[in-house]
Amino acid sequence: MIALLIRDLKLGTRAGGGFGLGLSFFLIVVVLVPFGVGPEMGQLSAIAPGILWVGALLACLLSLDRIFALDWEDGSLDLLATSPLPMEGVASVKALAHWLTTGLPLVLAAPVLGVLLNLPQAGIWPLIWSLGLGTPALSVIGTFGAALTVGLKRGGLLLSLLVLPLYVPTLIFGAEVARRGAMGMEIATPLLMLAGITCGTIALLPFASAAVLRVNLR
Amino acid sequence: MASIWEYANPKKFIETTDRLLPWLSVTALLCLVVGLVWGFFFTPDDYKQGSTVKIIYLHVPAALMAINAWMMMLVASLIWIVRRHHVSALAARAAAPVGAMMTVIALATGAIWGQPMWGTWWAWDPRLTSFLILFLFYLGYMALWSAIENDDTAADLTSVLCIVGSVFAVLSRYAVNFWNQGLHQGASLSLDKEENVADVFYHPLLVSIAGFVLLFVALVFLRTQTEIRARRMRALIARERLQ
Amino acid sequence: MMPDLGKYAQAVLSSYAVSIALLVVLVAMSVWRARKTRRELTDIEQRVRRDG
Repeated sequence: MIALLIRDLKLGTRAGGGFGLGLSFFLIVVVLVPFGVGPEMGQLSAIAPGILWVGALLACLLSLDRIFALDWEDGSLDLLATSPLPMEGVASVKALAHWLTTGLPLVLAAPVLGVLLNLPQAGIWPLIWSLGLGTPALSVIGTFGAALTVGLKRGGLLLSLLVLPLYVPTLIFGAEVARRGAMGMEIATPLLMLAGITCGTIALLPFASAAVLRVNLR
Repeated sequence: MASIWEYANPKKFIETTDRLLPWLSVTALLCLVVGLVWGFFFTPDDYKQGSTVKIIYLHVPAALMAINAWMMMLVASLIWIVRRHHVSALAARAAAPVGAMMTVIALATGAIWGQPMWGTWWAWDPRLTSFLILFLFYLGYMALWSAIENDDTAADLTSVLCIVGSVFAVLSRYAVNFWNQGLHQGASLSLDKEENVADVFYHPLLVSIAGFVLLFVALVFLRTQTEIRARRMRALIARERLQ
Repeated sequence: MMPDLGKYAQAVLSSYAVSIALLVVLVAMSVWRARKTRRELTDIEQRVRRDG
């Protein structure tokens, strides 16, 4: 399992592996927003938590189809299926690798980009907390979506259509934490709900992903 | 009494539904006409909402069926996963477009009603938002069905999606509730008599709901037949190519 | 015959029109596809039987 994780991390961070792509996308979204809504600082700081959350979510989505696509093409997914490692384990490791290469950099970059959007000082820690707790759920849900569409040639668009509705609860609670934090309000309730969603998806969704992978490898 | 699983045989299913379909469609049409005409012509205006209360005879049944269609797909998916009856998977596939259409009707009538009543076509109200999300789930489900060529693979994948989607749909419902307080009124139908809509509106509404339910069943039967035939056709064509 | 719908006539009528139109489209599409597949399947079955 650890060998697989290390291999995936290496592949992910190698040139052309997509590492940094999500990060650049996140940066571009944040830069484009002021062009769209105008440079007025008060307005920007009001929408900053939401924009950062939506941007992180889209950046996460961008790299989902890479989770299984390469392994599917060169046949290493079949090898993994015949290895003693259970499919559930493969799905979890893949999700973890995706989070480490995509989610974690996003969490670290978010406060820096928050400066660009005039995010209030008080909102920085809630933002980091909410993204740190929420992005693992995004990776796990995304792994399920990627497992569903792995056999399809042009699965990218379908993948977005399938995954985005599943992202709704995570986004709602995550953005709520960030928004309340920025306004200096109590954040415990949505933060706990967010943590609940993340724990629930991490515990249960790998089983669904594994079932779907087995069907696709049949 | 024959076991219900006998109807999992496609041939038996087509025979039975062929016999039932004319009856079903006629009663569905009858209920719809009676319910809607009764509702449209012979009910008084509400003292607050004026004549817009008449939209309830379309809005509530459509919304009800939009949710029930998904429930039916969930049950059919579970049956497919547990017992591997093809008719079940195909019935889930057949129900999806009907459910999606019901969602559209509920959203459209709701928007038209909301315009004069709330002063806006659309509000990010929990119920409205959840329905929009439900519609997205229908779209994804149908897209996945049509994207996969192998029928059995498609049935398996969409079943899992339906189950996972149901969990997330419920989650979204509560998340959305938390996120915004609503404009939408509470349940129109409930066991608690006090909360119910008044009797004058209630009876035609029941007839109209019966009409929508029957229409849904008839459409699902018809569309399942179509799916069974289409599947058989694909199998025959594939065999021809092999020879 | 026509009930007095008052100032909301447009809303009520348009929602009935939209819903009934959508329902008719749904039924028409289902019936049309059912007929089409039924016809095509009979064709193919006959061809298969003829060819052995």
